Amino acid sequence: MKVINMILLAIPFAFLIFGITLYNRTNPKLGGFPFFYWFQMLWIFLTAILTSIVYLNERKEKNKTVS
Amino acid sequence: MFDLLDYIIFFGLIGFSIVVGFLAIFWKRAASLENELEYGLAGRKFGTVIVWFLIGGDIYTAYTLIAVPGLEASAGGLAMFAVPYVVLVYPLVYIFMPKLWNISKKNGYITAGDYVKDRFSSRSLAALVGLTGVVAEMPYIALQIVGIEVLLSSMKIPITLSLTIAFLFVAGFTLVSGLRGPALTAIVKDVLIWAAILVIIIVVPLRLGGFGTIFTKAAADGLNLKISPSLEIGYVSLALGSAFALFLYPHAFTGAISSKDSTTIKQNSSLLPLYSVLLLFVTLLGVAAVVIIGLPYTSANSSYAFPDLITAEFPPWFSSFAFAAVVIGSIVPSSIMALASANLITRNIYLEYINPKASSARQSNVSRIMVLVVIIGALLFSFVPAASKQILFLQTFGGAFVLQTLPAVFLSLYTRKMNKYAIGIGWFVGLVVTVIMLIQMHFTVSFYKYFFGMYVGLIGLFINLGVIGLITVIMYLTKSIKNEGTIDNNDLIAK
Repeated sequence: MKVINMILLAIPFAFLIFGITLYNRTNPKLGGFPFFYWFQMLWIFLTAILTSIVYLNERKEKNKTVS
Repeated sequence: MFDLLDYIIFFGLIGFSIVVGFLAIFWKRAASLENELEYGLAGRKFGTVIVWFLIGGDIYTAYTLIAVPGLEASAGGLAMFAVPYVVLVYPLVYIFMPKLWNISKKNGYITAGDYVKDRFSSRSLAALVGLTGVVAEMPYIALQIVGIEVLLSSMKIPITLSLTIAFLFVAGFTLVSGLRGPALTAIVKDVLIWAAILVIIIVVPLRLGGFGTIFTKAAADGLNLKISPSLEIGYVSLALGSAFALFLYPHAFTGAISSKDSTTIKQNSSLLPLYSVLLLFVTLLGVAAVVIIGLPYTSANSSYAFPDLITAEFPPWFSSFAFAAVVIGSIVPSSIMALASANLITRNIYLEYINPKASSARQSNVSRIMVLVVIIGALLFSFVPAASKQILFLQTFGGAFVLQTLPAVFLSLYTRKMNKYAIGIGWFVGLVVTVIMLIQMHFTVSFYKYFFGMYVGLIGLFINLGVIGLITVIMYLTKSIKNEGTIDNNDLIAK
């Protein structure tokens, strides 16, 4: 696996694991959701996007080597 | 109060999903199901959509739907650990599982134990990994059963009798249809659960004046909407440890390995994080339960938060529908868990130690008997009074055990230099330390009192890895290190 893809997959860990002291707070709120809730919800979508990027990267790489 | 029509909805939906489980025998038809690969892995031919339902059915279970709102209602923000947990699972799946799939396909492996056996040329290590998986799986199935007990009691249905009948039917369709059974039922389960949860998550905030109001009121009632700073290390270590543990559980491993190719796994690791929205929704339902029912929910009655909320806010016919969806949400994972455990017992114990000459047909029949044994075992376990307490923590104990097999299954994909004895001793020490810590915590919580309140499973894993590292260094210095196992180097280290 390429380094750039490893980094992309590591990003959610950096925020959700090592960012705990930063996101363990209730303000600022978003749409009535405390920070603690909406920040972690946001990472559901961001992680899906990051893994999708890695998947597309790898597919492009594979097509290149085939052709 | 529930009347006849409500019970018809409830039993009708559950009955329907069980019938689907039996009919699955005709689905993606194989020449014969008297074959361990066809029976236990459905011939390894599931595409992206089916694997989505199968793994989704595995992870987002009845126990989750009951335990997570329960923990939220009793302990507040701590319950949110489930979100980083199931979010972080997928990058890990993306890294480890396609590689394991390739090796498994090439060599015809069905279980993680099959891989470990060849990887270290050690059937004992394979048996240890297999047994750890089965031991961790048993309480997990029991928790599915405990999770729906509260629904049955909410509906005033005789618990022991109906659970026994229901789970004998689950065993029935599993041993008839193999992995096809839970895979097809998982589609029914998902449609019903998503329908129920979406209705609830839209209607409840509308009634209560929006999420903002729900959070404000819950906070005014004394619910903590973040976590105490002393729990921070525990929170992230539990999320991380659980994420690493999940695909070491036999059921999740089986779900991923039944894919038709490694691309299927990669696509699912990109799509499945979105499924975690469901977990966030049910966490919010825990907050709403506090607003509607009030505090205090304690660890003893927290499992009722979800059914309480539904019966308070919805007409009985909808409650029956939602409860039936959750019950079906226990049937699917129980079936896969029983099957995956049965596969391990068959492949890594029966085939290795009892009858090495067993044909594939014979293996599939042994696996069928083991499905029944595992389900009956889990039923008995679920009737143990201790199993009905704070059920969320019980699952994390199982996770702590299965985490000790990480070096054998995941780490071994990257280096050949680790010796089987190093892995075995690391496993043993990690497990013993984990159990000692759990005893010290009286099996009530999986955060340890030292090490900053870290998750016991992760502490065990660190010590496990430390032991392996130490032995490997000693072997390196004494020049007794060599490559282990029979798996092709190209499959292991390269890409």
